[in-house]
Amino acid sequence: MSVILAFLAVVASVVIWWLLPQGIKSKPWLEQGVIEDVDSERVGSIPPAKLGLWLFLAVVTSVFALFVSAYSIRMELTDWQPLPDPTFLWLNTGILILSSITFQRARTAARNDSIDGIKSSLILAGLFTFAFLIGQLWVWQQLNASGYFMASNPANAFFYLLTALHGLHLLGGLWVWGRTTTRVWEGTKVSEVRLSVELCTVYWHFLLLVWLALFGLLLST
Amino acid sequence: MAYVAIADRDHEQELHHPHSFVTKYIWSQDHKVIAIQYGITALAIGLVALVLSGLIRLQLGWPDTFSFIAPYNYYQFITMHGMIMVIYLLTALFLGGFGNYLIPLMLGARDMVFPYMNMLSYWVYLFAVLVLVASFFVPGGPTGAGWTLYPPQAILAGTPGADWGIMLMLISLAFFIIAFTMGGLNYVTTVLQARTRGMTLMRMPLSIWAIFTATVLGLLAFPALFVSAVMMSLDKLLGTSFFMPAILSLGEQLEYGGGSPVLFQHLFWFFGHPEVYIVGLPAFGLVSDLLSTHARKNIFGYRMMVWAILAIGGISFVVWAHHMYVSGMNPYFGFFFATTTLIIAIPTAIKVYNWILTLWKGNINLTVPMLFAIGFIFTFVHGGLTGLFLGNVSVDVPLSDTYFVVGHFHMVMGVSPIMVVFGAIYHWYPKITGRMLNDAMGKFHFWVTFLGTYAIYLPMHYLGILGVPRRYFAYGDTEFIPESAMWVNTSISVAALIVGAVQLMFLFNLIWSLRNGKESGSNPWRATTLEWQTPQTPPVHGNWGPELPAVYRWAYDYSVPGAPEDFVPQTEPGDTVPAGRDHGTES
Repeated sequence: MSVILAFLAVVASVVIWWLLPQGIKSKPWLEQGVIEDVDSERVGSIPPAKLGLWLFLAVVTSVFALFVSAYSIRMELTDWQPLPDPTFLWLNTGILILSSITFQRARTAARNDSIDGIKSSLILAGLFTFAFLIGQLWVWQQLNASGYFMASNPANAFFYLLTALHGLHLLGGLWVWGRTTTRVWEGTKVSEVRLSVELCTVYWHFLLLVWLALFGLLLST
Repeated sequence: MAYVAIADRDHEQELHHPHSFVTKYIWSQDHKVIAIQYGITALAIGLVALVLSGLIRLQLGWPDTFSFIAPYNYYQFITMHGMIMVIYLLTALFLGGFGNYLIPLMLGARDMVFPYMNMLSYWVYLFAVLVLVASFFVPGGPTGAGWTLYPPQAILAGTPGADWGIMLMLISLAFFIIAFTMGGLNYVTTVLQARTRGMTLMRMPLSIWAIFTATVLGLLAFPALFVSAVMMSLDKLLGTSFFMPAILSLGEQLEYGGGSPVLFQHLFWFFGHPEVYIVGLPAFGLVSDLLSTHARKNIFGYRMMVWAILAIGGISFVVWAHHMYVSGMNPYFGFFFATTTLIIAIPTAIKVYNWILTLWKGNINLTVPMLFAIGFIFTFVHGGLTGLFLGNVSVDVPLSDTYFVVGHFHMVMGVSPIMVVFGAIYHWYPKITGRMLNDAMGKFHFWVTFLGTYAIYLPMHYLGILGVPRRYFAYGDTEFIPESAMWVNTSISVAALIVGAVQLMFLFNLIWSLRNGKESGSNPWRATTLEWQTPQTPPVHGNWGPELPAVYRWAYDYSVPGAPEDFVPQTEPGDTVPAGRDHGTES
């Protein structure tokens, strides 16, 4: 359970770091009749949607950290036989990195008010993501064909489970990507999609990090 | 659909305005309507769990009498009773119900920051409840694995509902967690970003602090339940061995091998213990506001109360294995968790002292909400003290499988939070409906429930010390269980059935008072917090008039010396109150 506890320690530090300057040592019963400015206490001037996304990412991290904790406990038991590391996964990883980079370009284009830049980058990023997902399915296919079935070993089961879970999160992201892309295509102004593009980019970077962590875990065990 | 901005502040959110009956009361995005939907659904499914507990007590009080309760039914009843009460009633009612209703109103917001997601949260919750209810009607019935759903028995033949019931339970839990996450992100973001002018964190009522912290706990802890539900589903459906060891079932060697049931216990309790505080903290917060309002006195030690809520929230993540002392763990491991368990008693005790000191020299009004709030202090102290017994490994091991544990956790996380639920419903019902609940019925409800719970749970501790094991369908002729223990069981059952019946009167009161209750006016309890200062009662869509309220003081200015009334609302500018007031701690 050390992985999840480490993650929670990080969360606790962030909470404490945020709370301490918020006057939780103040004595509210002595401050009557004044209007205190709460704007400084809001988390900067972050739009609610952005804060909501970051909180959601904390929840998703908690899910993955728990799976990795379970992985590391289950791994210690005697019947664990590690999977071979499919070389194809390196290619998939490269494709996912590319999709993250193109999202970053879309974000830059959104900052620079370039609607054409957003259009091309969004499409490209989406294509890379689909390519990644198809690549993952291909890896499943290969493993299955070589006899690494889900139920035959816990290492296999964890591999299928974690890649599926990661893929599902990407699919969810693609749904939002689809909505954003449609809006861009329908001629929405850059200022109205800027936040959506930014949030998609953050989400993709996050899922890239999750994938790199999972891939690293697979390679090292 | 029209989107209209009420432009009294630059960054105020846009409100979704409903036009038809359907968008107003069914597909509503208004936090108050969603809160009521959550509340009604939770109470409805809670009623099912109450009936199940009655059936359990019928069996235990009069074994070999009721032909319609077979052993496998009994296990289904205890499983569904536990899971419904903990998750689908208490969690949903405190956070989905009270959280939804109170957060925007107490903070001076017009709604949650993501109203659409808030609506989805309710509908997904309702779906989860319906899936759960469906398990009563599938072949084999609901799961009888015990509410902790421990593998391997939860998914093996021989356990009731091992085919359909357990799968529906796991699916329902997964959907509940999705619903909770959608709601929870909303509550946290709203508290952080949508407070009105002047509402600093340290001016928030303790209800909000507690609901906020409990939601954060839920967001981080429910994933553990999700993870274990997913892995157990795969063990069941695809034959993986995450949790399943090599095992013989009905004389046959199964395909499973090598898995760890204890891994499931770790994951389950990593959720399960914070869950105690996901239910407990909102109760602590709401009861603090009830005590302060009805004792006409500021809450004692507000800062300590806030810090204690945060400390409990933090420590609750490192005590989970005290539920697993009997799983054969390393003694050093047990020692660590016993220590953290005793440490969490410190902030909890601080809260109890502060509640009592709030009452000290207060102007105590024994209204129905206050009766329930004081009742909570009693039951919580009793449940908490037996927690100290069970937190110690050497005491827990002999008591773990006995009725002592049943008595303990029902006192501390069953009866206590329910006391607060009742108190809070009597307290806020006038705001929600504009009418008071009937007082005579309320007092009768309180006394029967309060005395009844002692008649039910106190004897269970004695049964536990005698060694009467829990989870048994019937005891037959067991040498170490004397005849008198059977009589105790019968008397517990009589008390339980009476207490159960009185809850029906409470439900009747809820409905009857909608039409026949006394008109309450906008602030019947003469309370300070923002929800009582709305221009209309019940508050209309958007909560406030054209302008949002501004907050000038904390939430607990009761009986301020020199003030014209014995309460000063948070919206009251300061110059009405002379300086030099005495709040006990500093002046």
